[in-house]
Amino acid sequence: MAGGDLRPASATAGHGSFVEVVAVCVRYLPLLIMMAVWELAGRSGLVSQQMLPGVGAIAAAFFDLLQSGELVINAWRSLSRAAAGLGLAVIIGMAIGLLMATRPLFRNVINPIVRILYPMPKSALIPLVMIWFGLGDASKIFLIFLGCLLPVIVSAYHGARGVNPFVIWSATSLGASKEEVLREIILPAALPDILAGCRTALAFSFILMVSSEFVIAKDGLGFLIGSLGDGGNYPAMFAVILTVAGTGFVADRLFGSFVNHCLRWKEQA
Amino acid sequence: MSTLSALLKREGLMQALVLAGLALVWEASSRAGWVHPFLLPPLSDVLVRLFTDMQSGAVFVDLGLTLYRALTGFVIAAVLAVPLGILMARKRGVQWFFDPLISIGFPMPKIAFVPIFILWFDIYDTSKVIMITFSCFFPIVTATYSGTSHIDKWPLWSARSLGASENQLLREIILPLAAPSILTGLQIALPVGMITTIVTEMLMGGSGVGGAMIAAGRFADSVGVFAGIMEIAILGMVVIRALDRLRARLLVWHPENRAH
Repeated sequence: MAGGDLRPASATAGHGSFVEVVAVCVRYLPLLIMMAVWELAGRSGLVSQQMLPGVGAIAAAFFDLLQSGELVINAWRSLSRAAAGLGLAVIIGMAIGLLMATRPLFRNVINPIVRILYPMPKSALIPLVMIWFGLGDASKIFLIFLGCLLPVIVSAYHGARGVNPFVIWSATSLGASKEEVLREIILPAALPDILAGCRTALAFSFILMVSSEFVIAKDGLGFLIGSLGDGGNYPAMFAVILTVAGTGFVADRLFGSFVNHCLRWKEQA
Repeated sequence: MSTLSALLKREGLMQALVLAGLALVWEASSRAGWVHPFLLPPLSDVLVRLFTDMQSGAVFVDLGLTLYRALTGFVIAAVLAVPLGILMARKRGVQWFFDPLISIGFPMPKIAFVPIFILWFDIYDTSKVIMITFSCFFPIVTATYSGTSHIDKWPLWSARSLGASENQLLREIILPLAAPSILTGLQIALPVGMITTIVTEMLMGGSGVGGAMIAAGRFADSVGVFAGIMEIAILGMVVIRALDRLRARLLVWHPENRAH
């Protein structure tokens, strides 16, 4: 992540809050500049308003969609699919990854499958899930599940393999059972890797959610974008696209702070 | 050493066995009618289709178009993103302007912008390539920026005190030291670019593996869909392996390649 280090440490108490506010403004000024350029490009007639609706028109369309409930309903449909696929992938992927790291036989059977599936662009499976599960929820949940599964498996496997064996031996010699070793040693040690894998999976879930809804859907944000575009309602189309992009951004940031919270026991590198 | 290579061979054998077993189960389950052949056509049918398409050349046209679009977008993204990432790490003003834009753009699902690019550039190769460039750009610039800004200051200072010019500094110190991060960024961007290529082809048509697959899906030609999945799986593997090789080639001198 391109870090934001311009913000001064809040340790500069006293008038620190004012300095912080100014620093945040300075930091996000480029965004305002870009928005102004956007607005001016349309206003000045340099680019047609049809191609690039103004910021105001997009905001108005956004509130219309919000009021009519269209945005909320479709967002709910999309996000619940993404959450279902991602949740299943995290649970099952962690189990598979940890089993691969601890059971050699299991690893030998699963590894070739992972190796074949891992480099495949998962969006290629959209026509397949359409044939298998039709146009409903199941096809999209399955696609998101498959796409998110592999990063979780691989990261859980690498994390669990990287555990220092001495620690496991000491625990075992002190009488820890297999379950205790897994819960007290392997899981915490593999957690940073697993969480990093989940963050990748989160990004994939958004990509696959939107692209599958573009191609096959009767509802959802991707479908809404497509139908607004087909109808020539471009301000509304831009509004939904920016909503999707913003939701993806917020989800990533929330997950990032969740990761920091989970790993607060870890020494900072 | 010999036990290690024996073990590796045994693992290779094991993997081949697993794959052969899977292929057998696939073939048997649709031949025996456990699964409807529309949902899972026999593997042999899929391979025959691949073979006839190879003879007619259709496979190579589709694969060629997909590869051309993916690589063009990817290369343009790299050409734009690597210099920008380095500039961001070196020049305060560039960093100030681009850092917020890129840290907001990086985690966004870029694929959502496809309809905007269709609106602006129509549905032909231009808009596909621009979309692919757009989605590959952010991982590369982020990795380059973080790699360049974490370069140790000592080699820079030493080189400068020995009279190195800015150009020499860039070529001899910054690029080699940032190369591992830049390559990691490229390795993240390439699969993203492949995913984007397939989706844009599915949405805009115009041949390519994605276009061929969605056409096969619409005509309920499940053999065609499976043949497409195989083609794209092979293409993905080849492209990603090639980039791994390139990394090993470029970083021969780096400790990461000395470990084993």
